[in-house]
Amino acid sequence: MHLLEFQAKELFREYGINLLPSKASTTIEEGRKHAKELGYPFVIKIQVPVGGRGKAGGIQKCQNDDEFELKYPQVLGLTIKGEKARAILLEKMADIKKELYLSLFLNRSKRCYTIIASPEGGVEIESVKNQIIKEVGLGDVSEQVAREVAKEMKLEGTLADEFVDILQKLAKLTVEKESELTEINPLAIMQNGSLMALDGKFVTDDNSNFRHDELQKYQEKTEIEVRAEKSGFSLVELDGDIAVVGNGAGLVMSTLDMLSDNGGKPACFLDVGGGATTESVYEALTLISKMSRVKGILVNLYGGIVKTTVVAEAFLKAYDDNLINLPVFARLKGTESEKAKEMLKESRTKIYDSIEEAINAAVMGIKK
Amino acid sequence: MTDIFKLLRGNPDDSDYKKKGVIVQGITGAYGSLHAKNMMAYGTNVVAGVTPGKGGQKFEGKVPIYNTVKEAVDASDAKISIIFVPAKFFLGAAKEALEAGIKLLVAIPEHVPIRDTMEVIDLANKKDAIIIGPNTPGVMIPELIKIGIMPPMPFKAGKIAVLSKSGTLLYEISDALTNAGFGQSITIGVGGDPINGTRMIDAFDMVKDIPDLEGLVVIGEIGGDSEEILAQRIIDIGFKKPTVAYIAGRSAPKEKRMGHAGAIVMGTYGSAESKVSMFNKANIPVANRPSQVPVLLAGKMQQSD
Repeated sequence: MHLLEFQAKELFREYGINLLPSKASTTIEEGRKHAKELGYPFVIKIQVPVGGRGKAGGIQKCQNDDEFELKYPQVLGLTIKGEKARAILLEKMADIKKELYLSLFLNRSKRCYTIIASPEGGVEIESVKNQIIKEVGLGDVSEQVAREVAKEMKLEGTLADEFVDILQKLAKLTVEKESELTEINPLAIMQNGSLMALDGKFVTDDNSNFRHDELQKYQEKTEIEVRAEKSGFSLVELDGDIAVVGNGAGLVMSTLDMLSDNGGKPACFLDVGGGATTESVYEALTLISKMSRVKGILVNLYGGIVKTTVVAEAFLKAYDDNLINLPVFARLKGTESEKAKEMLKESRTKIYDSIEEAINAAVMGIKK
Repeated sequence: MTDIFKLLRGNPDDSDYKKKGVIVQGITGAYGSLHAKNMMAYGTNVVAGVTPGKGGQKFEGKVPIYNTVKEAVDASDAKISIIFVPAKFFLGAAKEALEAGIKLLVAIPEHVPIRDTMEVIDLANKKDAIIIGPNTPGVMIPELIKIGIMPPMPFKAGKIAVLSKSGTLLYEISDALTNAGFGQSITIGVGGDPINGTRMIDAFDMVKDIPDLEGLVVIGEIGGDSEEILAQRIIDIGFKKPTVAYIAGRSAPKEKRMGHAGAIVMGTYGSAESKVSMFNKANIPVANRPSQVPVLLAGKMQQSD
């Protein structure tokens, strides 16, 4: 789960990390109430699960009612990297002296948690040369380790104490909630000398969801995604018109790549998992039938032990039941493929020997 | 590092040379029993199963089932185990296996929490054991031993080592290799999770010194930086065997998890561009599609002739 800023901040607050007063809303009526409560000036911040909000105009200063009435609907109407606004956060304007960077992330190659800190915050960390990096095993950060980082950051006195406190709280939050990335960027030194988290990013390990009922309120799933999950499928919706279905995440990614190389636009990534059965393929077609943008379906199944006739049955049933009325371009590797081709001869599903042929036919067929 | 070939095949003077015993944890479950049967049909010497509460029974009328891994190890002296339990029970099952003296643990389950995997790796390091996975199709020496869920058809004994994050792409590309006359000496599924018991670079270290190795195929995907680190290692040690790579997920949107828990690009971390450019730096061609892999490999072999 990739939490929104205001959700990450709820967790920060729970763990005692200093924040500016802020309020999240989804309508301008609600926003007006918050504006009164907070008082001007404040910042209007779009809530989307991707970075680059500032550059896209998703963060706007607001000084008075007139600006609010103009900017709130503007920001709420933005789409950033394909993501629509989930909410708007109004946050009191800060009097900042300096911006720092602080995060704890799961270092995949070193297989441990790693602290990244930098005296240069507020920009994308990848672009910052001055990084302090410290590996911390399973994520426990002792006071001594936190002090070392503060020292390398050249923080002194009460500022260093506050930094140590925040870093330890951040680590506790990361370990307890099983996060892959917990980031405060920027972590601001205020004019009054205190430290505040001005932004928050939090990415949890979905595989640990069963241990974290308390985080499930942040789960954002469409009806289609919920059904996909129930069937053990992985589904990512995309904005093209050719639905891509296959078994195995790698194979489906590979099929998306080849389709894109040939000028096709994928409408979704749908991995039906290890084996393919009549039922699982039928359920996949059911989910696709609910996506209105789809004009055709590209199927790539590598069935080691799968009988392709079993898969062919699912297509025939889907047409019989009027579930779909779309052309299907399929490459089915497995046994009985000649028989499967024969079964589908009169239908709108065509079987090809190679994925390259199926993709060419799909791209040409959809253009028409 | 423990020698994986010693564990999988053994030495010619071992009494169990080429028939090393394998324990199957979760042998009575639907998934475990199906693949236990398939492994046995392939020739893998399944010597014991473990299912708590079913000790004393026999699987398929011949393989003894025990309540604990320790009992199974005591009775069979096996050093290899494969786990088929639901993800939330993986931590317990894996710890039990390592404590009982298992030296090669193949972790099939998908959706294991990262923290659990990290704990298991920590213990495996202390016990000098190898973990393959989680979320892996397994490991095999074609025509000798299969410890995993891969179908047998794509594979043929030979001299190419194949390392893969993905299961179906491993089958797909091995199939293409086999059809082009390139059999495989070993295939290792490192798995699609963010944290792997055997990383790409560890898998490479296991295969790089195979005496008659003729080539290496690396099947990567977006997420993490294990392909980059592997490419750097290949440059650093001056590995000269013909090597070809494939990277899935070039067209995937950023910050979206593409099926595998590990297949996600965060910022620039894990992008396909980064991986492809590192492979290029190591003079390793990257195929645009799976069927191109054997073609590129043949080309590399001609160059090195």
